[in-house]
Parts: sequence; C-alpha cells; structure tokens
Amino acid sequence: MATAQPGLWKRHEIFEKNSILLLIGALIVVAIGGLVEITPLFYLKSTVETVEGVRPYTPLELAGRNIYIREGCYLCHSQMIRPMRDEIERYGHFSLAAESMYDHPFQWGSKRTGPDLARVGGKYSDQWHREHLKDPRAVVPASIMPAYAFLDRPLDADAIADDLVANRALGVPYTDKMVALARSDLKAQLDPDGPGAADLQRRYPGANVRDFGGDKARAAEIDALIAYLQVLGTMVDFKIYEDKKNLR
Amino acid sequence: MAATPVAKYMTEGEVGLGLALLVGAFVCALASTYAVDAPFSFHMGLFALAGLAGVVAILKRYEARAFEPAPQEIDGKPNYNLGPVKFAVVAAMVWGIAGFTVGCIIAFQLWAPALNLGLEYTTFGRLRPLHTSAVIFAFGGNVLIGTSLYVVQRTCRARLAGDLAPWFVVLGYNLFIVVAGTGYLLGVTQSKEYAEPEWYADLWLTIVWVAYLLVFLATLWKRKEPHIFVANWFYLGFIVTIAMLHIVNNLAMPVTVLGSKSYPMFAGVQDALIQWWYGHNAVGFFLTAGFLAIMYYFVPKRAERPIYSYRLSIIHFWALIFMYIWAGPHHLHYTALPDWAQTLGMTFSIMLWMPSWGGMINGLMTLSGAWDKLRTDPVLRFMVVSLAFYGMATFEGPMMAIKAVNSLSHYTDWTIGHVHSGALGWVAYISFGALYCLVPWLWNRRELYSLKLVEWHFWISTLGIVLYISSMWVAGIMQGLMWRAYNALGFLEYSFVETVEAMQPYYLVRALGGVLFLTGGLIMAYNLAMTIAGRTASDSAALPMDEHRPGTPVLAAAE
Repeated sequence: MATAQPGLWKRHEIFEKNSILLLIGALIVVAIGGLVEITPLFYLKSTVETVEGVRPYTPLELAGRNIYIREGCYLCHSQMIRPMRDEIERYGHFSLAAESMYDHPFQWGSKRTGPDLARVGGKYSDQWHREHLKDPRAVVPASIMPAYAFLDRPLDADAIADDLVANRALGVPYTDKMVALARSDLKAQLDPDGPGAADLQRRYPGANVRDFGGDKARAAEIDALIAYLQVLGTMVDFKIYEDKKNLR
Repeated sequence: MAATPVAKYMTEGEVGLGLALLVGAFVCALASTYAVDAPFSFHMGLFALAGLAGVVAILKRYEARAFEPAPQEIDGKPNYNLGPVKFAVVAAMVWGIAGFTVGCIIAFQLWAPALNLGLEYTTFGRLRPLHTSAVIFAFGGNVLIGTSLYVVQRTCRARLAGDLAPWFVVLGYNLFIVVAGTGYLLGVTQSKEYAEPEWYADLWLTIVWVAYLLVFLATLWKRKEPHIFVANWFYLGFIVTIAMLHIVNNLAMPVTVLGSKSYPMFAGVQDALIQWWYGHNAVGFFLTAGFLAIMYYFVPKRAERPIYSYRLSIIHFWALIFMYIWAGPHHLHYTALPDWAQTLGMTFSIMLWMPSWGGMINGLMTLSGAWDKLRTDPVLRFMVVSLAFYGMATFEGPMMAIKAVNSLSHYTDWTIGHVHSGALGWVAYISFGALYCLVPWLWNRRELYSLKLVEWHFWISTLGIVLYISSMWVAGIMQGLMWRAYNALGFLEYSFVETVEAMQPYYLVRALGGVLFLTGGLIMAYNLAMTIAGRTASDSAALPMDEHRPGTPVLAAAE
C-alpha cells in the first residue's frame, strides 16, 4: 500500500512542516474520546438513578468528610461496591450512582488495602470506631492501618457555612436556612437533647444525632469523622428501593 | 552602529518578568498574612519568597551578563541554551532519589504499621501522594522538561526561544513540586489521584505549563530543518494534552480565595469518569507519549542507527494519542458508571495494545544491525530493556482492562504491580538511559565516570523490579481470589483482615525490591555526580570504542 499510494504519506508532511497544524490536529484527535464518553453523562437521565433518601451532608458530616479526604483514607478504602455476589455479601447492596451525586469530589477509590467503606455506616458502634481510629491494632490485631490518635483535637469548623456555600454553587441543594444555621447545626448534631436536634433532623432527614462517643460540648475532629463514617451508605433504604425501576 | 558602545539596558522580558514577579510576590505576601489556614499561609509565603528570589536572580543575572543578551549563534553554529536543561537533569536525579525513598518508606509501612510513627505528617495516607507525585511529576516531569528542551534545540538546530522563559518554566515547575509535596504532608489535597494539589497550585502549574508550551512552540518556529522531528510530535502531543486534562480535571470552587480548601466542580459519577479520563491519560501522555519522545531521540542516537520506520512512527503517533484518551473507564469497571461507558473504555483499551506495540517495535527494531552494542553498552541496555518492559506493561494493561479479568484484579495489589512494571521498567529505565546519555553531553565530558557502575545499577535495579512485580502479581491475584472464595457451606471463606494478614510476606518482598531499586538510583546519582565533577574511574580504560572509528568513544557529543 505504501508504494501504491506514496501521496498519502507525502500528505502527512503538512503536519510535519507546520507546528500549529500539528498542535490543532493533535488537540482535535485527543478531544474526541473524552467528548464522546463524558458529555453524555451530563444529559442521559439514566446515568444517575432516581432514588429517595440521598441528601446533602450535614455540616458535621461534611467536616468529617473533609478530614477523610485530608488524611487520604481513599487511598486504601474504596467506597464503591461492585455488583458481585461476594461483594454484596461482604459489604451490602451494590453502590448506586445516586449515592454519590452530591460528592464533590467522589470517593470511590481505586484500592482495597483495607475494606470497602461504602456501607460502613451503622455496622460498628461509635465506640468501636473511636478505639479503632486511635489504635487500630487494639481492636483488629492484624490491621495495618495507621493510628489516628491525633484526630482527638478540636474541630476547626467555624467557617463551615462557607463550605456549604461553595457546595451550593456547584449544585448541592443546600438551602439558605441550612447555610445560615450551619455552625449551630454542626454543634446540634452532637447533642440529642439540645434545642436544635429536632430541627436538624427535619433539614437533614435521617441524620444521626448523638455525641458519637465523644464530648458533646467540644467537637473534635474524630467526632466529625465518625459522624461521616456512620452515615456512609445509609441514606437509601434498600428495603423499598426497586432495582428494576432503574434498569440502565 | 554595532561598534558604538551603548549603555547596557534591561530587555523588555527582564523588566516585564521582574515586575510581574514583584507584584505576584506582594499579592502572595498579602494572602499569606490574611490566610484562613496555616498551610495556605505557608504556601503563599513560599510563593512570595520565590517571587522575590526571582527578582534578585534577574537583577544578578543582568549585572553579570554582557551588554547584549546571549547570541543566537556563535560562528554560524547554534548557541544552545543548556542551563535550564542542566537544572532539570539535576532536579530529576534529586527528586528521583527522594521519590524512591518515600516509596520504600510507605512500602515498609504496609508491612510494619508502627512505621507510621503516630505523627499525622508521616501516615501512609499523606506520604502516598508524596511518593506518586515525586516519582511521576518531580522525577518524570523534570526528565521530560529537561530532555524536551534539549531535543527541541538539537533537532531544530536553534537556540531555545526566550531568554528568561526557559528558566521560568524549569524553576516554576519545581516550585510547583515543592508546594504540592509540602501540601500533602500538611494535609492539603483534593483527593483526586495524581491531581491532588489544591486550586492555587493548579493555577500556578497552568501558568508554567502555558509558558512551557510557548517556549517549545516558539523554538519549533525557529527551526532550520523543514520537518519537525518525530520526537517533537510526541513532546507537543504530551504538552498540549496534559494542559487539556489538567485544566478540566482541576476545575474547582475554592471555599475562599484566602484558604487552601476547594470543592471540585463535578460530583459522583461524572467526577469519577473525568478523574480517570485524566488519571489514565496522565499515564498515557505524561508517562507514555512524553517518554516515547525520549525513545525516538535517544535510542537512535545511542544506537547510532536511524529510526526503524518513519511511516510506523506516523501511525504510532496518531493512533496512540487517539486511542489512549478513551481508555479511562477501565478504571471504573463494574462501578456505578453506566455500562456503555465501561464497554467503550474496555474496547479502546484492548485496541490500544496495537499502537503501543507498534511503538515498541519501532524502538526495538531501531537496534537492527546494532544489537551487539547491548553487550558493551549498559546505557543502551537500559533503554532496550525499558522497551521490553513497555511491551510487557502494554500487554498486561489491555488484559486487565477486560472486564472479566478486571473483576479479579481491581482494588488489588495486582494493579500496583502493573503500574510499577510500567513505571520502574519503562518510565524510569528510559529516563535512566536518557540521563546517562545527557550528562556527558551537557557537561562536555568524554564519557560517564564509570560504565561499570552503570552495569551495577542495571542489574541491581532489574532484580528489584523483578522482586517488586512478581510479589505483587502473586499477592494481588491471591488477594482477589481470597475475597471471592466461598467455603463448602456457601459462606465467604475469609474475613477481610485474613486477606490483609496473608499479604504480609509479599509486602516485605516488595519493599525489599524497592530498596534494591533505590540502591541502583543512588549508584546512578553518584556516577552522574562524578561525571559532572569531571572524574574518570579506573575502569574507563575499558570504554567501548566505536570499532568503525577507532579512538572515538561511542558517546561522542550528540551532533
């Protein structure tokens, strides 16, 4: 073919002799794949299932999530259960796209040096998490997780309302009230007997309101992290969820 | 007119960049003062100091330089600008050692968790991005920038475009590395793998990268050859694609412009695919296209043979860059990403095998008629073995992208093994080969300090790679099988922690493999340092001389 059509090879010279054409050509060629694969995810309705129960994180959960990100937990723990028998039996119902629809950024992870955490919420007690985070080997002798005793320090979340605002700007449905009350909601979640508890649960249905095994008067980083872990995978009630309705 | 002595004056570039740095330093100093969190304050302070240092450097350089800026040509020969290249080469070596060391530390942490030391700064979660960024972006990035700035000058027979711009690129890039690396230790991360740096570091990198693109392009425009050399296509493809990926994947909303925290623009499933579109093509363009450019220049140069097939390189270039971009979804098999996207990603990943091997064949066959050199030239051997590893990793990759295989391999250490056969075997080896070539050329040395040490480096690090990848293959497949094992009663056979325990011996073997690889790196650093210092070892008498031209070392300057 090469000898039969030397003209074709010759025509490639246009790229070899013109850097701008080469640049534009390369840019067009590399843009195609991404455009075809990514853009439909923004308009195909079947991409994210219609489910009930998925809500924005409470201020305390969001603060905990930021600690999860800061410490790089996602490097060893996935949050994405695949639809295979062993995974469903080990971790629970396979993960839905809807369950991370408000996750900026997503935390699906890529490695399971430790177990998947997509549905860790409610599996262990607050006290278990507390002991385990402080000294993993005190609870699981063969664990290779680092100790996170240093998380027992005050949570710096005075400006948590700004975080809600940033999330809202990106499409997370935080209301004006949620933003205005963010700081008090954060504290209210630690105090089930306090005045804000009932209100908080109205704004964030199903939120766990308790001290998470810590001191309710003093929000610590570890409290926020446990609050986040305990909500993971619990927002959708799979007793009433219908897989068939969301066949993709 | 030229004979009339004129007053020395600063160029527009010197004044412009100096002022820009001064203003930038002032703004950063303000941001540092009013920052809402300590890491941001530290980083803005760092930027401010770097800006001031830049201004001082410009002034000192102006004082020291002749009346006119450096000439484009001397006696009709291009006056190559090698300073920034030398800096990048040394930086690559330093960062390489740092990155390999951190890799060893985190490998041992998985074997003995007490090595996390109970300090927040030394936990696996904070050190792991430091390792990946140090080896990919600090070591690999400096190799890419250094070699590209060298190759583009040589193949265009023209001095680098810009006077200060190449220095801005090299120093600015390394400033980004410092900000990113210290940020990880301080817990500043947006948690997107291989794109962890926060918004302000990303913005800075964008500025540096655009300057890099412009320097590269403007040097191409100065070329004295009608054709753009094939290595430069790959460099250009790498630079422009990384710009696209970096910008899109890092779109984010800072919580405040005075703090480090931001929230990425996309969420959930869209964020996942955009991240792995980025992540896989960081592999495809940063770690592949860029290093293929190195192959296309350094392998022919060292083997003293022309590239095997020019037409194959044309097909290789376009097919590779077209197909790589589609492969991202194979990182998300069986996840909540829609099936059609997974299937598309798998299909292109498998097809990608072909252009990958096309490139490998083009590189290996360049050795035609020069295979005997492998016996005498360990530097060439590094490059040839890198191509063999490239072939192996680009066969393994498509295989792991098949959904059925991926269902076993995903989330396991098999992935880690696969990455390292590519990273250590291909990327690092082709880099080592290029650095071993470049250092004598740049510093005008007849040969390397010691080829015997190159031999040692080669065999020690190869042993290290073999230990690393074979332990991770066994461990990863074992891990995957244990997770899905059922007992006779139909229950899961193993609890998760039992699979963690089973990994222990393999984690140790892997860490030891890493130590061997690091040892090789240290030998290399010593060898290169002695070469730069102008020393010759006792074994230099055994230099392989070119048989056809007695008296000429194989490594004659790259002209």
